[in-house]
Amino acid sequence: MGEITLGQYYPSNSILHRLDPRVKFIGTILYIVSLFLVNSWIGYAMAGCVLAVLIGLSRVPLRFILRSMKPVLFILLFTMIFNLLLTPGDVLVRFWIFRITREGVSLAVRMGIRLAFLVMGSSIMTLTTTPNELTDAMENLFAPLSFFHVPVHEIAMMMSIALRFIPILVEETDKIKKAQMARGADFESGGLVRRVRSMIPLLVPLFVSAFRRANDLAMAMEARCYHGGSGRTQMKPLKYSKRDFIAYAIELAYLAVCIIFKVRGL
Amino acid sequence: MLIELKNVSYTYGTGTVYEVSALENINLNIGEGEFIGVIGHTGSGKSTLIQHFNGLIRPSSGQVLFAGKDIWEPGYDLRSLRTHVGLVFQYPENQLFETDVLKDVMFGPKNQGLTLEECESRARAALNQSGVPEELYSASPFEISGGQKRRVAIAGVLAMDPEVLILDEPTAGLDPAGRDELLGQIKYLRDKRGITVILVTHSMEDVAQYASRLLVVHEGRIAFDGPPKKVFMNYRELETMGLAAPQITYIMHALREKGLMVDVSATTVAEAKRSILLALSRRASEKQE
Repeated sequence: MGEITLGQYYPSNSILHRLDPRVKFIGTILYIVSLFLVNSWIGYAMAGCVLAVLIGLSRVPLRFILRSMKPVLFILLFTMIFNLLLTPGDVLVRFWIFRITREGVSLAVRMGIRLAFLVMGSSIMTLTTTPNELTDAMENLFAPLSFFHVPVHEIAMMMSIALRFIPILVEETDKIKKAQMARGADFESGGLVRRVRSMIPLLVPLFVSAFRRANDLAMAMEARCYHGGSGRTQMKPLKYSKRDFIAYAIELAYLAVCIIFKVRGL
Repeated sequence: MLIELKNVSYTYGTGTVYEVSALENINLNIGEGEFIGVIGHTGSGKSTLIQHFNGLIRPSSGQVLFAGKDIWEPGYDLRSLRTHVGLVFQYPENQLFETDVLKDVMFGPKNQGLTLEECESRARAALNQSGVPEELYSASPFEISGGQKRRVAIAGVLAMDPEVLILDEPTAGLDPAGRDELLGQIKYLRDKRGITVILVTHSMEDVAQYASRLLVVHEGRIAFDGPPKKVFMNYRELETMGLAAPQITYIMHALREKGLMVDVSATTVAEAKRSILLALSRRASEKQE
């Protein structure tokens, strides 16, 4: 347990931690866009430099950022191998039914870099921003959508409740698991069918408790007269300061450079 | 010695930002047939401590021995250990999952590999001992009252026929009558079957009344270990740990300060009554002389 990467916030007081979450959110999206915009080695080198500077600024130890790669490692290798083996072009090596081509190697490496940068880039955001700040930022940024009758506040509220409940449910799972292990339950050994069956004593109480908690929370919210988004104010409203505008300027400049690279075909 | 802890330390979240030391260098011997009360402030490490007794938590360093054998030696059967050392968690009713009460209590014995008949007879005996009326055996464990759920969950551990029974705040959330009944049943079990009982509680009165030995856990260490009467003598130190002695202790100390020569080590109402009556009659006879 405790390996849940959602809400992997790393507490610190770096400049990135202090930035407005909206700046970080937009910056992350721009960074991802830039990764798919540039297609040259110079472009990747630049994206890599930006990433390195961001990691340095965030003051998050490198191992925490590399740890975020763990869950996507399989997808990463999978895409790389497919690109490597199945791209037509100048043949470099040939074995059995596979041909490794020059284009394949280049594509595989580029794909790998893109995905790795993408995951690390977005993990910098989640490591320096609390989940609550993030949902606040999203609610704020997507607020114009409520004009099209999208229930932005409700969605944001659902997201923050869901995020809030993850650690609680993880803890609950741990407790129930231990309680059943104390009764001699075995979650580790046996074949697939036995293992799935052994989960029943864990899942049934977990669902019961999740519903009970949801019910209690709904009741508590109603008791405090919660009735959705209209007219609600926030306890800590988001406010831009000078450094946030500077950050926006840097983000836009970075995007402009990427577009120039793209246009110039560099 | 039944359970031995040697230099046991435990740290939560090793290698992360949230590293917390929960236990520090615990040495402890638990003998057969003892009734041990464990008290400590919330977060003192008492829940972590009791999970070491049945191998649910592996110590970061140190040894845990059951009946003389190191339970973390490779090849040691931890599942069988857990049937010898039964642990009832806080709010155990949250672990119920079966379609009826009897089946739920049979879960433990089934995991021990007993035959179905044996499981059922064990379950019936355990339910009977925990005071669950027979008409509830076929009810859904989700539809009975909270107090009955608690009993069913405790029966679920008792049905494994453990030699040691650990209970983590078994009376939390029960009404006074339910509390006395439950503790009475636990005491009865210990007296009749000779099992070792380890009771984690916040109630000093319960400890004073039932336990023969009291462990006070404070900041991951054992601050006091001894008969409850002796430990409660240190009530000033207990207060600095966010704990207190039974209310009776305070009354006795106050009476002594006012000049009535009562026995300040009295911790239960019955003892206090005896001691006060004795002191009063002594004073009356002194006055006559």
